[in-house]
Amino acid sequence: MAKLTYIKAITDGLDQVLQNDPKTLIFGEDVGKNGGVFRTTEGLQDKYGTDRVFDTPLAESGILGMSIGLSLTGWRPIPEIQFMGFTMEAVDSIGGQMSRNRFRSSGDISMPITIRTPFGGGTHTAELHGDSLEGLFIGIPGLRVVTPANPYDAKGMIIAAVENNDPVLFMENLKLYRSMKAEVPEGHYTVPLDKANVVKEGSDITVVAYSAEVNEALKVADKLEKENISVEVIDLRSLSPIDDETIFASIDKTHKVVIAQEAQKMTGAGAKVAADIAEKDIMSLDAPIGRVAAPDSVFPFAMAENDWLPDADDIEDKVREILNY
Amino acid sequence: MAAEDKQVVDFAKIKSTMSDPYKKPIQVIDESGKIVNQELFDRFSDDELVTLMEKMVWERALHEQTMNFSRQGRLGFYAPTYGEEASEMGIASAMKKQDYLFPAYRDLPQLIQHGATVKEGYLWSKGHYQCYDYFREGVRAWIPQIIIGAQYVQAAGAALGIKKNGEKDTVAYAFTGDGGTSQGDFYEGVNFASSFQAPAVFFVQNNGWAISVPRSTQTAAETLAQKGVASGVPGTQVDGMDILATYLVAKDARDFAAAGNGPVLVETLTYRFGAHSSAGDDPSRYRTKEQEKPWFDRDPLIRLRKVLTDKKLWDQDKEDKLVAQYKDEFKQAMKDAEAAPKQKISDFLKHTFEVPTPDVAADIKKFEAKESK
Repeated sequence: MAKLTYIKAITDGLDQVLQNDPKTLIFGEDVGKNGGVFRTTEGLQDKYGTDRVFDTPLAESGILGMSIGLSLTGWRPIPEIQFMGFTMEAVDSIGGQMSRNRFRSSGDISMPITIRTPFGGGTHTAELHGDSLEGLFIGIPGLRVVTPANPYDAKGMIIAAVENNDPVLFMENLKLYRSMKAEVPEGHYTVPLDKANVVKEGSDITVVAYSAEVNEALKVADKLEKENISVEVIDLRSLSPIDDETIFASIDKTHKVVIAQEAQKMTGAGAKVAADIAEKDIMSLDAPIGRVAAPDSVFPFAMAENDWLPDADDIEDKVREILNY
Repeated sequence: MAAEDKQVVDFAKIKSTMSDPYKKPIQVIDESGKIVNQELFDRFSDDELVTLMEKMVWERALHEQTMNFSRQGRLGFYAPTYGEEASEMGIASAMKKQDYLFPAYRDLPQLIQHGATVKEGYLWSKGHYQCYDYFREGVRAWIPQIIIGAQYVQAAGAALGIKKNGEKDTVAYAFTGDGGTSQGDFYEGVNFASSFQAPAVFFVQNNGWAISVPRSTQTAAETLAQKGVASGVPGTQVDGMDILATYLVAKDARDFAAAGNGPVLVETLTYRFGAHSSAGDDPSRYRTKEQEKPWFDRDPLIRLRKVLTDKKLWDQDKEDKLVAQYKDEFKQAMKDAEAAPKQKISDFLKHTFEVPTPDVAADIKKFEAKESK
């Protein structure tokens, strides 16, 4: 097994699906010769040709609308939206069109589209590059929204997403692209799209997190371990649907929960997790649900990002507050 | 620089002449029934002329019967097609079975000509999932689009898919109206198809009105046919009240795209004789009888009826019999539509994802229990 970065793990997964299924197509802005602005598709056009991996005109609604027409004619599109902020231009194609087509056709027509898109703060990008916009999309019936937090999941989930016959919004965290490396198996394997993962077992409190916040939560768990506080960390991986079963199994054991996300508190997946717990498993808690999220302002100017993004300190404070309730 | 310096670029001249190549709507018979282009007219056999007339009579009868059903409260949303018979049936007559059709909500007649049934059309209006059974029958047509513009980007994708599949003599058609040309997706669709030189044929049925907003508000461009030019897509206007001209132009457009020359854009000049929809739109709020009059004089049935009558190919008795026969068929289609099974929420849930998510699976159970009572 090789140690791969998060981004190389995605490239490796894309290589697998292009190799395994001749109907898969990768397209978007700069994904061809340039290999993507982050190099996620690097080398794929050389290997699979310009018919399978190609650049498009610069228009997000066109890219995703085209994906629908390609699906209808038998293709399996893997479009890239260069930054998640740009999905705003293509909300109809996602919410008004592709996600409704299985329903419209009573199950006859699939839209096996995987929309890859980078997001996430901490890399001091221009405006509308770092926003966590999952909150806009997790309320769309027929659409899966997933985000891996480590290289192993990144490869296994991109393969699973492409092989899935429903549209999947695949969110790739910008900050994680090159900041983490881990063992990634060669060849084909999948990670389920709708299963959360207990990434660290613990018994005193559960932290439910996703994407970059999983690593922040793990830092807290390691630190508190020295104080004999045992923190269980769950990586949601899937933001729609939410894997309640894994969360409930954990809080039935710890009786305390903190939900951490990078998105503003008014959006993101945390509110749905909190609502599910409140609705279906509230009696297993002996303290209120704790939440860690960014404040409800617009995503900040780059120089202020680090003051705005929730980090390990914020999670630690909230964990201590809930433990001492 | 002195203010009186001669300008470097004569924008005024460019502006006043830029639409000129597109302002020549093709016509074969004029509104008085006079053949204005004998050479083009002679391309049609007597049988072909009669078939085109029958299709327009069919669409007019469909409209009349559907409005009756609508007034009886037996339908939901319906967009009247009255006045647009030459445009819609002229184009539909040039389509081939293997073509992909991306209609908008006023394009049910073309959809039915392409293989959907009148019953499915009525179910679409009423709001029943069996309206899309034509997918299952292998009809290459997509939904009558409600989000105007979406059909253009999707047709561009289907056209690229056709090209990648290596399918010969096959194109993707997209329909919109004058209002639809203002949408961003309209431009993105035309431009994407052009960038990939994909076999798409884009139709703009300019019926003068986007609900209450006139064509003149949509754009200062003198024609909509020129809207493809910026993307490198050739376009033309055609008299959309003349089915012979519309058919010939639609056929040329299809042939051009199918031969691998890239997309084409056609603007048919037509008119919405009736309201925007059957749901309470009142044209007298925004247009006068005087404005409507010249367009009613251009009624596409009048001119072809006259030509065919002169040639002894048509008479009122024949038309009356056809209308009665068609209307009987539509009445039967409505009966069939009304006999469609009661819809189950559990079925909708089952078709939300291929593999239901846990929340959806729980809802399926809940609704199945309710529905079995």
